[in-house]
Amino acid sequence: MGNEAIALGAIEAGVQVVTGYPGTPSTEALETVVRYADRCGIYTEWSSNEKVALETAVGAAYSGAKALVTMKQVGLNVASDPLMSLTYIGVKGALVLLVADDPGPHSSQTEQDTRVFGHFANIPVLDPANPQEAYELTKLAFELSHEFEVPVILRTTTRVSHSCGDVELAVTEPVPVEASCEGFTKDRRWTIFPRLTAERHPWLENVQVQFSERFSGLPYNSILGSGKIGIIASGVSALYVKEAVKGFEGLFTLFRVGTVHPFPEQAALSFLKGIEKLIVVEELDPYLEEQALQLIGKAHLPVDVYGKKNGFFPVSGEYNVDIVIDGVNKVLAKLGEPSRLSHASPAVLREELPPLPVRAPTLCAGCMHRTVFYAFKQAAKQLKKDSQVETIFSGDIGCYTLGNAFPLNMVETCLCMGAGMSIAGGLSRTNPEVKQVAFIGDSTFFHSGIPAVVNAVYNGADVTLAVLDNRTTAMTGHQPHPGIGVTVLGNPSKAIDIAGVIRSCGVDFVRTVETVSLEGCIEAAKEAMEFKGPSAIVFKGKCVGITKSGIKLTIDPESCTGCGFCVKQLGCPAIFLPPGEDKPVIQDSCSGCGLCAQICPSGAISEGRVKR
Amino acid sequence: MKYDILIAGVGGQGVVLASRMLALAAMKAGFRVSTAETIGMSQREGSVSSHIRIGEEISGSLIPAGQADLLIGLEPAETVRNLPFLKKAGKILLNSHAIAPASKPPGSPEYAPEALLAFLKARFPGMLCLDFTQLAEEAGTYRAANVAMLGAAAGAGLLPFSKETILLVLETEIPEKHRAVNRAAFEGAIEKIKPGTLTGNRR
Repeated sequence: MGNEAIALGAIEAGVQVVTGYPGTPSTEALETVVRYADRCGIYTEWSSNEKVALETAVGAAYSGAKALVTMKQVGLNVASDPLMSLTYIGVKGALVLLVADDPGPHSSQTEQDTRVFGHFANIPVLDPANPQEAYELTKLAFELSHEFEVPVILRTTTRVSHSCGDVELAVTEPVPVEASCEGFTKDRRWTIFPRLTAERHPWLENVQVQFSERFSGLPYNSILGSGKIGIIASGVSALYVKEAVKGFEGLFTLFRVGTVHPFPEQAALSFLKGIEKLIVVEELDPYLEEQALQLIGKAHLPVDVYGKKNGFFPVSGEYNVDIVIDGVNKVLAKLGEPSRLSHASPAVLREELPPLPVRAPTLCAGCMHRTVFYAFKQAAKQLKKDSQVETIFSGDIGCYTLGNAFPLNMVETCLCMGAGMSIAGGLSRTNPEVKQVAFIGDSTFFHSGIPAVVNAVYNGADVTLAVLDNRTTAMTGHQPHPGIGVTVLGNPSKAIDIAGVIRSCGVDFVRTVETVSLEGCIEAAKEAMEFKGPSAIVFKGKCVGITKSGIKLTIDPESCTGCGFCVKQLGCPAIFLPPGEDKPVIQDSCSGCGLCAQICPSGAISEGRVKR
Repeated sequence: MKYDILIAGVGGQGVVLASRMLALAAMKAGFRVSTAETIGMSQREGSVSSHIRIGEEISGSLIPAGQADLLIGLEPAETVRNLPFLKKAGKILLNSHAIAPASKPPGSPEYAPEALLAFLKARFPGMLCLDFTQLAEEAGTYRAANVAMLGAAAGAGLLPFSKETILLVLETEIPEKHRAVNRAAFEGAIEKIKPGTLTGNRR
């Protein structure tokens, strides 16, 4: 896997400290390092958030150590405060940031482009196309970071990080890294101050020029072919181009850019001088397109550019070979070229497909979050009935974002990590007659939820916080967090009690509730919602992704009236209404949480056979 | 040589594990491999697919439309959803065991697995179709349907490497406590699809 290749590249480069916060599609890089951490003597941690992860790695790099920080693209936003200052200060050992972008997006809030972030922050960005290049460019990133004393970003996309393939390694078995580094030397260069920034800024700009020159001579920026139409591409898009133009290679010259920022101008110029037309193929932002346009203008080159900016390629979304074929054909048509690239003809066309059910991701069968969402739904209904008070439910980032799905419909705002409670606070100022409830997961609470609790207490916001504590970072694949009492290496650590943290922030109403009893959850929800001022409930349960109960419920067809209440209310993937029948059945994926049994009006659901 | 395989299913069915096993087996057989996997939010009961590209050179990991040589469908609706990736003479290996979506949001078509199976059988008379979930259940756990299907694919000669190569991978990739069950599902499927024993639609 691309992420594993990155980890192996980092270990080979001698990485001594690895930090990060889980985020799809970046997570497996740090998890791979963990597999070798003991053997190779690498300090590894899941940090409480990306900002903390970066700052921890910065401390290590100040001391001459080689450090790696891993995160997804939105994690870089969290880490951007230290990063923007770090560029002026620089590092001593080496500091590489793995930042994984997610065109599509498949599993993210944004379609931001880290190449552009690197441009904005004055940080070099390397952009591999596949796991092999990811491995090689990781090693290059460490070399460059050490030599130039600046942080370097290795930017991947989902199709690189989550692609498995054969990778040729220089070292087959990772060996222990150097145990020591030179250590921290006191110097004024480590303390940012307006005067220091003013001194360093020209240096930082000059480093950009040096990088551009160095990059122009690297083999990761290559020119293939000698056709009159140029194509520039980076990352996995370059591979799509190669496949799309198969059979028409004579028509094109492909310039593959592996070191995207600072843009390798000299290499680009020698490419641009041999062509008349330029096609730009890149996912997300028109980064290469803008660099090329700028260079063409600067050098007064007679080259026409076809890309996103003039409508030849999609401005958003993930690319593939077929999208590249369509875009290139549009350009060929515009140029009056007789040849056209062709699509393969599929066995069945998309238009010929019979109607297919929508299959959106949903909370797992037996997920504790479903019980909590359902409990608050009932409590809010009651509140409306008794006192005509409406409720707004704010969500957060994690599995429980899926509480937005039909039929629960319990997430009415969701923005970014840790935003739920603060947004609820803002809503409470502008909708004073409406009750505000915010949901947050345990890992997200530690990541960036605590400042919102502090703010709600400090400024007296009337908000109910529901912490969904399933004792794991579930969505990204079950990583530990500060509330669990175990580190990424499996060593014991002090478990931080979420209810205790909330209490110590000054919240007067704090309850801890097990999610086994729906009735208990509804009662607690009601009480918290009726409380004036900030209130909180920590719901404790298990993640069915890591704990198997062995129990399965069944519906007794004799007592089932076929009312369909369980199906319509819960959206549990284990409950299935066979087509043409009126009585639902419970499937193998049932984990025996018992929520359906607790709401069945005719008591038809009970514990059935034990699963193998 | 170029051989593109697409595995489609529902999050939780083990699509990622199956694609890893095929990729590792292909590498053992001396090919270059590139896969694209669905990891993340869709793994929670959503539509998932893995692309496995096997050949002499590395390509981008997504299979272009109409180029898959083999479609391994762990679920009927997900198989149909991915048909546009299959090439004209492409082969299908199908698990007839339907999984209904957890809920039917307003506007979503009704799930009618029988109609979809009929569509597949009409369009692909050579399709290899079995209830692999039931077969796996009989071997010990319904969760091994993915590995059972790899057995069927190998047994039917639909893969560019031998069943022994996959069995080697099974030994390293499946945790020991689940290994025997998975091996049984794998072998059971090979047995089941042998000509003469199959009561399906195999030509």
